[in-house]
Amino acid sequence: MTSLHVEGLVKRFGGLTATDNFKLDVRPGEIHALIGPNGAGKTTLINQLSGELQPDAGSILLDGAEIVHRPVQWRALNGIARSYQITSVFSEFTALQNVMLGVQGQCGGSFSFWQPVSRDRTLVEPALALLRQVGLADVAHRRVSSLAHGARRQLELAITMALKPKVMLLDEPMAGMSHQESQEMVALLRAIKGRYSIVLVEHDMDAVFALADRVTVMVYGRSIACGTPDAIRNHPEVRSAYLGDEEVVA
Amino acid sequence: MVDTTLTPAASAAHAAAAGAARWRPAPHLCVAGLLLAGLALVPLFSLWLGQSFYVTLVSRIMILALAAVGLNLVMGYGALVSFGHALYIGVGAYVVGILSFHGIANGWVHLAVALVGGGALAALVGLVCLRAQGVAFIMITLAFAQMFYFLAVSLKAYGGDDGFAIAARSDFGVVDLNNSVTLYYVIFAALAGTLFCLHRLVHARFGMVLQGCRSNERRMRALGFPTGQVKLTAYVISALVCVLAGMLLANLTRFVSPSYMHWLLSGDLVVIVVLGGLGTLLGPVVGAVLWLVMEEALSSFHLTGGPLDELVRTHWLGVAGFVALVVALALKHGVYGALVARFEGRSS
Amino acid sequence: MTASLLLTQLLNGFQLGVLLFLLSAGLTLVLGIMHVINLAHGTLFMMGAYFAATVFGWTDSFALAALAAVGGSLLLGLVIERVVIVHLYERDHLYQVLATFGVILIFNEIARYGWGTSPVFMAVPEMLSGTVDLFGLAYPAYRIAIIGVGLAVGAALYVVVHKTRVGMLIRAGATDAGMVSALGVNIRGLNAMVFAAGAALAGLAGLMAGPILSVQPGMGEPILILTLVVLITGGVGSIRGAVYGALIVGIVDTVGRAFLPNLMREVMERSTAQAAGPAIASMLIYLLMAAVLAVRPAGLFPVKHG
Repeated sequence: MTSLHVEGLVKRFGGLTATDNFKLDVRPGEIHALIGPNGAGKTTLINQLSGELQPDAGSILLDGAEIVHRPVQWRALNGIARSYQITSVFSEFTALQNVMLGVQGQCGGSFSFWQPVSRDRTLVEPALALLRQVGLADVAHRRVSSLAHGARRQLELAITMALKPKVMLLDEPMAGMSHQESQEMVALLRAIKGRYSIVLVEHDMDAVFALADRVTVMVYGRSIACGTPDAIRNHPEVRSAYLGDEEVVA
Repeated sequence: MVDTTLTPAASAAHAAAAGAARWRPAPHLCVAGLLLAGLALVPLFSLWLGQSFYVTLVSRIMILALAAVGLNLVMGYGALVSFGHALYIGVGAYVVGILSFHGIANGWVHLAVALVGGGALAALVGLVCLRAQGVAFIMITLAFAQMFYFLAVSLKAYGGDDGFAIAARSDFGVVDLNNSVTLYYVIFAALAGTLFCLHRLVHARFGMVLQGCRSNERRMRALGFPTGQVKLTAYVISALVCVLAGMLLANLTRFVSPSYMHWLLSGDLVVIVVLGGLGTLLGPVVGAVLWLVMEEALSSFHLTGGPLDELVRTHWLGVAGFVALVVALALKHGVYGALVARFEGRSS
Repeated sequence: MTASLLLTQLLNGFQLGVLLFLLSAGLTLVLGIMHVINLAHGTLFMMGAYFAATVFGWTDSFALAALAAVGGSLLLGLVIERVVIVHLYERDHLYQVLATFGVILIFNEIARYGWGTSPVFMAVPEMLSGTVDLFGLAYPAYRIAIIGVGLAVGAALYVVVHKTRVGMLIRAGATDAGMVSALGVNIRGLNAMVFAAGAALAGLAGLMAGPILSVQPGMGEPILILTLVVLITGGVGSIRGAVYGALIVGIVDTVGRAFLPNLMREVMERSTAQAAGPAIASMLIYLLMAAVLAVRPAGLFPVKHG
């Protein structure tokens, strides 16, 4: 199990400070939710954790080792996988091929020029297993462009899991999903809980309280509170930050 | 029962559907088969007509098709629009020419030098060009090809702007390329062989990564893929195919000139790929046939018997430009590509 | 290498830089704002030269020739924009390149049909046919005039882009075209205007190049490729990049071609230098471009996007 520790992270865009001395502590095997009003800078933070964006200052420790200067590819191959808030899959490929790409990324071997991937068991079988796990086995051979939004979000998760990561950064996995679909996703995440250390960015409060071991609240790029879901629910600063937004009190 | 010329996605989709439905012959596969069979039979047809002209013409078509197939690897499967691929045709031709000029007529030496030298050059040029993103990549490939064109023109010892003739064709020992029919089948074999190898490549891990980069490069990086290396490798492979085409061209025409790497030829290659079908294996071949047949038809235009004929014959390049314009504005999938797309639409 | 020779070549380089700037400014604006790569920009340059040479040949009036060149190119630009470019705005760069490639071929043949294959001669206008005394050097007045016009146009462009409302829209469009459109600005009108302005600048460059370059079919493409080198070196979409890039490319190319062969003759044996000198001199700006790209992939003065 892997821990992720973020300290003093800063990111500025011209005059705007998107990440303001941010601190985050993810314990091994826990689901750590990250909540906050729109514009708080959550996706920017995820981009910095995945390596797609370089912070101006601060440190990111993966199991105690500094990785803040590591490029995206290194992080992907060494345990960090992320999913995207705006679905980022390969629309011309089938669902199976999408997950196979994830599997291939994890086991390397991009410079194989002769063997067709469709007959490569080491890619096909793990991919099918993952599709079964997220409930997409029956659309494995359908082109992703023909899949509905909810199915694509599930595929998004499957690709992320295909990397066999130690830490998963999930950026609003339930974005745009119906109530039914969200519940299925929650069940899925509950099933994989404990296997990875997960940072879960979400607006869906039911999901957050059902899944999270701990919650960090992010407002204007800062972490204003961190604790168990119950502690956060009753935290005065959190209540005021959410005034006018979603109801935090149950 | 995996289809050979569909995109990998359609292959997979089709393979799955095929289990459920009765197997129907895909129309584009029939076209592909007929095309290849037709190409194989041209020398016999030419012999029957007593006209060697067709052997030469179709040899040229196949060489250009080969180069376009190479370009299609990076442009169709990799979404890297190179407007300077004729450079490598020139490289292949000049290697044959210069070595012959200095008395080295052994075809195997020609091949080795061309592939190694061309590969090294492509790696270097590719490395620089790939630093540029998006539209800058297109511009820089055009600029670099132009640079080498000027270099070729400045080689006064090798004819400069006019180019120079080659005394004899490459000597491969086992085949006599001086026989035009033999040369024809060597070119055909090169084209068919390349198509087969690229078919394997596109469906293998490398091909999937390349297409993934075309589809969503950001995600590919986040999945840990070495996207820069893959794109460079694809660029070098596509360049080598063009080098091969250049070697064959020099052998066919027994002539080498800077015009083989002129940017107009690079543009022709781009039109051919799009006209035939971007991202389909046989599209470029169909495109080459259509484009060169059109060129021949226009430059010997004799339809109305009036002054219009003369106009078209002299200014056929303008008509070709108009066709290119229409292709760019109106053609969505290319001629062959449209067939493939319709079939894929039905099966998924 | 004497001082006066160096000065002459520097001035020649500056003059080439000015021509390149006129072309780059238009091309970079169209690319930066409308995201369209217009390979037919060299065609507009060529047509401007043809219009100028023809009218000057008929009327001996440089003023009328200028009107024909700039006005003709502007009108031609508007036509091309409405007929071709308008269909390319949302499309992949591949199709833009293909379409404008077709336009190049079409107009090269139109030129061949209208004026023949041989170059059309255009004389230097009377009042500029003398020389000007610069630090003891007799430099052609015409080339000084080109530099002067270029600087004036550059200054005017600066004022328009930085001090007027239209210019503000242009700069905004360069950073975020979608947002400008969403704010209700008539983006189609703006696009047509920017394209036409670029065409007019190309026509102006064609006018000025008429007496010093060969006015013939296909003259636009070598200049176009030089313009692309300027854009890559300076930074796509950036006017500042166009200015500095054009000057650098113009000076390096001219001075390089003039002095590198001699320099190489000093350093290596005659026959190699004879062969390699001109070759490397012609490759110089491309090598410079590659060097810039190695260090700054986005060019020397890239536009910062929001």
